[in-house]
Amino acid sequence: MKNIISAILLILVSVFQLSAQGVKVGDKAPEFNLKNVDGKSVSFADFPDSKGFIVIFTCNHCPFSIAYEDRIIAIDKKYKDKGYPVIAINPNDPAIVPSDGYKEMQQRHAEKGFTFPYLFDEGQKIFPKYGATRTPHVFLLNKTGKDFKVVYIGAIDDNSQDADAVKEKYLENAVEALLVGKAPMPDFTKAIGCTIKTATK
Amino acid sequence: MKLTALVLLFHLFASTLWSQNVLVTDFKGLEPMLNRQNDTTYVVNFWATWCIPCVKEIPYFQQIHDEFTGKKVKVILVSLDFLKHLDSRLKPFIEKYNLTPDVILLNDPDANSWINKVSPEWSGALPATIIYNRSFRAFYEKSFTFGELQTIVNQNLKE
Repeated sequence: MKNIISAILLILVSVFQLSAQGVKVGDKAPEFNLKNVDGKSVSFADFPDSKGFIVIFTCNHCPFSIAYEDRIIAIDKKYKDKGYPVIAINPNDPAIVPSDGYKEMQQRHAEKGFTFPYLFDEGQKIFPKYGATRTPHVFLLNKTGKDFKVVYIGAIDDNSQDADAVKEKYLENAVEALLVGKAPMPDFTKAIGCTIKTATK
Repeated sequence: MKLTALVLLFHLFASTLWSQNVLVTDFKGLEPMLNRQNDTTYVVNFWATWCIPCVKEIPYFQQIHDEFTGKKVKVILVSLDFLKHLDSRLKPFIEKYNLTPDVILLNDPDANSWINKVSPEWSGALPATIIYNRSFRAFYEKSFTFGELQTIVNQNLKE
C-alpha cells in the first residue's frame, strides 16, 4: 500500500515538474485572459483575424526590457498588419518590484506610446505556463487550425545593448519565415535578462 | 616559448582589456576562467548592478572571499552591466560595496552564442552562479544565502 502511494506521489511530482517547465516549440500556446492597461481584458479571441501573436514577457524596471522598448514598438508596427501583433505581458509581482505595478504600467504605456496591449499577469499565473524565466522573453505563436502553436522561443535579436549593432534579428527572421510558410530557424535562442520577480524568488 | 604562443593566441582571438580594477572581456576571454582544472574551488557569480536579487546577494560572495582567504577558493564576479555603464555605474558600485574579488565585465552582447557554454541549464536570467573545481561542478540559476554558499564551498574544498 505504501509503495502504491509513493508511486502515485512520484507520478504526481513528475507531472507537476513537467508542467512547471512551460511550453516547448510545437506545443499548443496556453490561453490567457489578462487585464490591459486600459482596464479591458485581452485574450486570443479578441483578434479573430490574427495569424498568430508575438507574446513578449517584459516589464517596466528591467534595463534589458527598457533597451528593447523601441524595438518592440517597431516590430509591432511592422507585423501587426501582417497578422502577427505584439502582446506584452508583465509577469512581475509589484509587491517585490513596486515600479512594475499596474499604475506604473499605465504610465509607461502612455509615456512610450506603446502600440500594443500591455497586460498584467495578476497573481503571476500565466508566465509559469509558458515557462518564461526572464524579461524580455519572447514566445512567437502561429495559428494552426483553431489553436495557436508555439513556433519560436527566445531573444528578440543578438544585441541588447545597441540596436544599431544587431546582426541577427532572431524574432523578425522567425516572423518572416512564417509569412512565407516556413518554420523559423533557429526556433530557440537564449538571452540575458532580469529574473521574473515573484514572492518565491 | 609556449607561453608566448599562448599569449599571442589569446590576443588574436579574445578582446580583453583591464580598466582599473575591472577586466573587460568577451566570452572567449572569460571561458578559460570557467574551466580551470586545479585544486582551487572557483565561485563564479554572474550579476549586474541593476539586478535587484544580485545586489542583495553580492555581500555574501564578498564574505566567501573573506572567509576563505588563504584557502584554495577564488571568487570571480562577472558583471553583465552594459559597457557604457562601466565608469558611471559598475566602478562606483565596486567602491560603494568595497568589493575585493576580481570583477570582470563580460562585454559580449550576443548572449545566445555563449549562454549554453556557461551551462546548458542556464536560461539567461540573473543571478546565476557556477561553483567548480577539478572534481566538482554545479550551476545555479537562483539567489543564495551566505549559509548555502558556505556549505557548498566547504563540502567541496580541497586542502
